Amino acid sequence: MLGFVLRRLLAAIPTLLAVLTLVFVIVRVVPGDPALVILGDQATPEATAAVRERLGLDRPLLVQYFDFLGSALQGDFGNSLVTNRPILSEVRAVLPHTVDLTLASMVIGVAIGVPVGIWAALNRNGVIDVMARLLSLIGLSFPVFVSGVFLLLAFGLHWRLFPVIGSADLNDPLDRLHKLVLPAMTLGLLMAAYITRVTRSAMLQSLGEDYMRTARAKGVPRRRVVWVHGLRNAALPIVTVVGLYVGILLGNSVLTEIVFNRPGLGKIIVGALNQRDYPMLQGLLVIYCFLIVIVNLITDLLYGVIDPRVKAA
Amino acid sequence: MKALLAKVWANPMTFLGALLCLAIVLAAVLAPWIAPYDPADQDIISRLQPPGGAYPFGTDQFGRDILSRLLWGARISLTVSLGAIAVAVVIGGTIGMLAGYIGGTFDLLVMQVMDVLLSFPSLILGLIVVALLGPDLINLVVAIALTAIAPFARVARAPTMALKERAFVEAGRALGFSHPRILFRHILPNIMSEVMVMASLWMATAVRVEASLSFIGLGVKPPTATWGGMTRDGFENILDAPWLAILPGLAILLLVLGLNMVGDGLRDATDPRLRQE
Repeated sequence: MLGFVLRRLLAAIPTLLAVLTLVFVIVRVVPGDPALVILGDQATPEATAAVRERLGLDRPLLVQYFDFLGSALQGDFGNSLVTNRPILSEVRAVLPHTVDLTLASMVIGVAIGVPVGIWAALNRNGVIDVMARLLSLIGLSFPVFVSGVFLLLAFGLHWRLFPVIGSADLNDPLDRLHKLVLPAMTLGLLMAAYITRVTRSAMLQSLGEDYMRTARAKGVPRRRVVWVHGLRNAALPIVTVVGLYVGILLGNSVLTEIVFNRPGLGKIIVGALNQRDYPMLQGLLVIYCFLIVIVNLITDLLYGVIDPRVKAA
Repeated sequence: MKALLAKVWANPMTFLGALLCLAIVLAAVLAPWIAPYDPADQDIISRLQPPGGAYPFGTDQFGRDILSRLLWGARISLTVSLGAIAVAVVIGGTIGMLAGYIGGTFDLLVMQVMDVLLSFPSLILGLIVVALLGPDLINLVVAIALTAIAPFARVARAPTMALKERAFVEAGRALGFSHPRILFRHILPNIMSEVMVMASLWMATAVRVEASLSFIGLGVKPPTATWGGMTRDGFENILDAPWLAILPGLAILLLVLGLNMVGDGLRDATDPRLRQE
């Protein structure tokens, strides 16, 4: 197991390096001098030069690149231009909100998507199947901000079941959960739609296999055949999709955070864009990619747990 | 091809999806003639009118007609997403075909870059590119295309790798055809259907991303009507006039749903694993 983990960790290093390089390039090829952006058009050349020096922009590109790489690898992304606080500590302050939201949406997605997908597969082309397919198609067609606004209108403003504004107190678990419900539902329903579809097709494939017939013939109860034999074999594609869509969840959390006025990574990135906080942007991009690389790693490790053949390979 | 189309139309969901898309495309094309008002005309006396009467879908906070703005907004959604997907198909498809055809180190390097592009959440990547380039129609197309290039490169690469070993390609090479001729005259037609199915599904994503960017405030600038921007305006007046957010939201939902239905139908009809059933 340890060897497997180490191999996967090593394989993630080139990706991370490439990500860092791309982030460096993106932030620099874009037209516009950050110093001018910060100071405005009326800045004197002296002031501009001073800001450029403070940002390290006056040094050769290659020096800047290796400096960026070196600090980033140590987890140091510099200070925000706006608050002048270390970027990592700004991120750390809101990260729990984003992690809460992502995890809760994944749980909702799996809790709805897996049973509905199995149910649909068992009733192939029946009423339940057609309903499940139609509903999941509608679910994944909903832009997150639209479903968020609709949920907010219904449960926040009309029935007043949940708070409309979601800056939760992290030390109060009940408050944290209460304010998480609507945002997590918004993203969770999107996840549920994706997971229903992939569970349905993976189960259909698994239900048609010989070992399923053998198990039934041996007298294993239908419920056990479906949930143990069938699901275990359908689990690989489901885990893949859940892992892949964490990226979509992270991206869409920007919209959820705006609609529900929640703190989080998305909120900071929009703020950093509006204020042209380049170091912040650079740091956030790397952190986003890092999170996704970590999730991919966990997905890979789960493969090994679900299917021992993966580990051997 | 005929059999394929027949199969696509036999599926009621695909048919419904195509009708939805067609209706929205028609609305967008005919907007100048069928819109009851100018989308930018402000009627301050009748601001925030609920749907009904002289304004079938109501008016916004500036007294602009929602129906007219929805009709004109469809143009932006369709133009940006069509443009972005066209760019992504051409650039991504070419990159994928070249990587698959040339192979070796070139393939390895190019696909590594594509993998890195894929490791950014697409909405975040789009957000940053638009914000840094400045929000206008062209930059939106560029940003959304950038998020879709990597998937198209992947979908074009795999069949190219298989096709280049086939006899007809070898025959072409033996006859002295140039590489571009082999690639674009002989391989391209064979991978077109796969790329097109993917394009139809990605159109839905592109519409969603454009609307999301407009909602964040990074769409085509006001006063131009965009569905995402209208939802945002409605969201800011949600207590007084909920229909302002609901109507454009529904419009986006219907277009994305229609595109997804068509894309699903096309995919099912071309998927060899489903074809035998």
